[in-house]
Amino acid sequence: MLRLVAKRLLGTASRDIPSRPLQILPRLYHENVIDHYNNPRNVGSFDKNDPNVGTGLVGAPACGDVMKLQIKIDEESGKIVDACFKTFGCGSAIASSSVATEWVKGKSMDEVLTIKNTEIAKHLSLPPVKLHCSMLAEDAIKAAVKDAEAKRAKMNATLKGADVKSG
Amino acid sequence: MASQFIRQTLTKTKPSTIVRRFSTAAAVASPTGYEEPTGVTMKGVKISGRPLYLDMQATTPVDPRVLDSMLPFYLSRYGNPHSRTHLYGWESETAVETARAQVAALIGASPKEIVFTSGATESNNISVKGVMHFYKEKKRHVITTQTEHKCVLDSCRHLQQEGFEVTYLPVGSDGLIDLDRLRKEIRPDTGLVSIMAVNNEIGVVQPLEEIGKICKEFNVPFHTDAAQALGKIKVDVEKWNVSLMSLSGHKIYGPKGVGALYMRRRPRIRVEPQMNGGGQERGIRSGTVPTPLVVGMGAACELAMKEMEYDEKRIKGLQERLLNGIREKIDGVVVNGSMDRRYVGNLNLSFAYVEGESLLMGLKEVAVSSGSACTSASLEPSYVLRALGVDEDMAHTSIRFGIGRFTTEEEIDKAVELTVKQVEKLREMSPLYEMVKEGIDIKQIQWAQH
Repeated sequence: MLRLVAKRLLGTASRDIPSRPLQILPRLYHENVIDHYNNPRNVGSFDKNDPNVGTGLVGAPACGDVMKLQIKIDEESGKIVDACFKTFGCGSAIASSSVATEWVKGKSMDEVLTIKNTEIAKHLSLPPVKLHCSMLAEDAIKAAVKDAEAKRAKMNATLKGADVKSG
Repeated sequence: MASQFIRQTLTKTKPSTIVRRFSTAAAVASPTGYEEPTGVTMKGVKISGRPLYLDMQATTPVDPRVLDSMLPFYLSRYGNPHSRTHLYGWESETAVETARAQVAALIGASPKEIVFTSGATESNNISVKGVMHFYKEKKRHVITTQTEHKCVLDSCRHLQQEGFEVTYLPVGSDGLIDLDRLRKEIRPDTGLVSIMAVNNEIGVVQPLEEIGKICKEFNVPFHTDAAQALGKIKVDVEKWNVSLMSLSGHKIYGPKGVGALYMRRRPRIRVEPQMNGGGQERGIRSGTVPTPLVVGMGAACELAMKEMEYDEKRIKGLQERLLNGIREKIDGVVVNGSMDRRYVGNLNLSFAYVEGESLLMGLKEVAVSSGSACTSASLEPSYVLRALGVDEDMAHTSIRFGIGRFTTEEEIDKAVELTVKQVEKLREMSPLYEMVKEGIDIKQIQWAQH
């Protein structure tokens, strides 16, 4: 009883409602995912026919996920200067592709091929059932880079041909 | 002196640091620290107040009048209705019998034909498994539909594992079964036809009178899951010729944890009990009948009988307001299921080129449900929508709005506003919408699967 009195006097006795418990409630969506959903970065489109733009379109409506990732390459340095995306999919898919566009900016095409889906998943704390969204984002990056390189190769080929012709 | 001081200190209560807001649920045991003065935070989402409730097919709030009728049976008249020796038991039993009569009156049956259970799931289990086990010598075949509730489908699957045969009737794109197909599927050893009255996902009302006639013709017992139909459409066991009917309490503004099973007496249908015990409820369902819950269900049924017509008119107006409000602002909105043969309080919409889970994430201020894949654990869209033959990409985009007795016009307007805003935002982000705008036919594209 004296202990209780002492606690009261010192003001450390428990109040009606205990303070916030240490255990964190399990969350369905990480804050990052919700942030990317509410404030998506880099939503938009570049001109598909621009030779400096690589477009990656992956997924299928039947699976419930379609991602379109576009990258704009700087001609001389070969680096990615801008990126944008459009996604048909759940919140995690939108967040994964949004993160992908943020991470590819300013990197070279070889560097972005090393971005792994596990990194995206860790950044967004994706639960196991949503891991395929990050895989799709990685595929989208690869597809966009492949498309950009193919366009570059074609452009170089035509230039070479023109050079040879002009002699 | 010291003891006085000690007593004073001990009995002094400090004011609570967290303000408890009035909530409509009685005696909420709120988890600590989730309701703050500036809003509600749960599962990482912060919203400014409690969401608008538009999910009446999942459950309904308890009508305050129903709660009033239940409380005395928790606090003062708490006897066990099966106690035969004292007043507490007698008054409990009287209350249970009154409730039984109220439920029976709503469906056009006699009170002797009503058995109280723990819910429509239990009633469905007793109907499907109980009937087939009872008649297992002669009858080995069950007919049901592809759009039934999970408890019926799971019971049928259990029967299949035991060696019975089950036919799952397909439905048309409007959600209705083909009566000729049903007629053809009935065999001499068909023991039960189980078809739900109102579908919980799409709200479609099956042609029960015609099905009842067919079953009468072939003398096959007809079971219907009327959990979503009770108190919403006119239910008449004689007109429909049902032998068994499952009813649920918490879909008609009654308490959760109670339901009923209607079992016809003429001609009598027999079942094997799934709950063995002291022989309560005429041996069909042993166990103490939960007086307060049963009284609540009875009161809910009586209210439903009085207010069904008024509710239906009002809810129809709200449904039109919702649908027209959305259709005015955006195109590409499809209603899943037949528009004429439908319960007015259920509106299941698909928004083309927008994915269901992302739409739900943005509609955090409206409590609705979706039939999309991401919301279930697997990547499959809802089986009901697939049975309707909805295209895979449209099945991913459906949202179910449930309107009820307590929904107001302001809630509908706000829901329209939020839905339109979210759909427009997501369409901006959608590559499919962009392709359609450019004139590309999406169905022709070869998608790269991963």
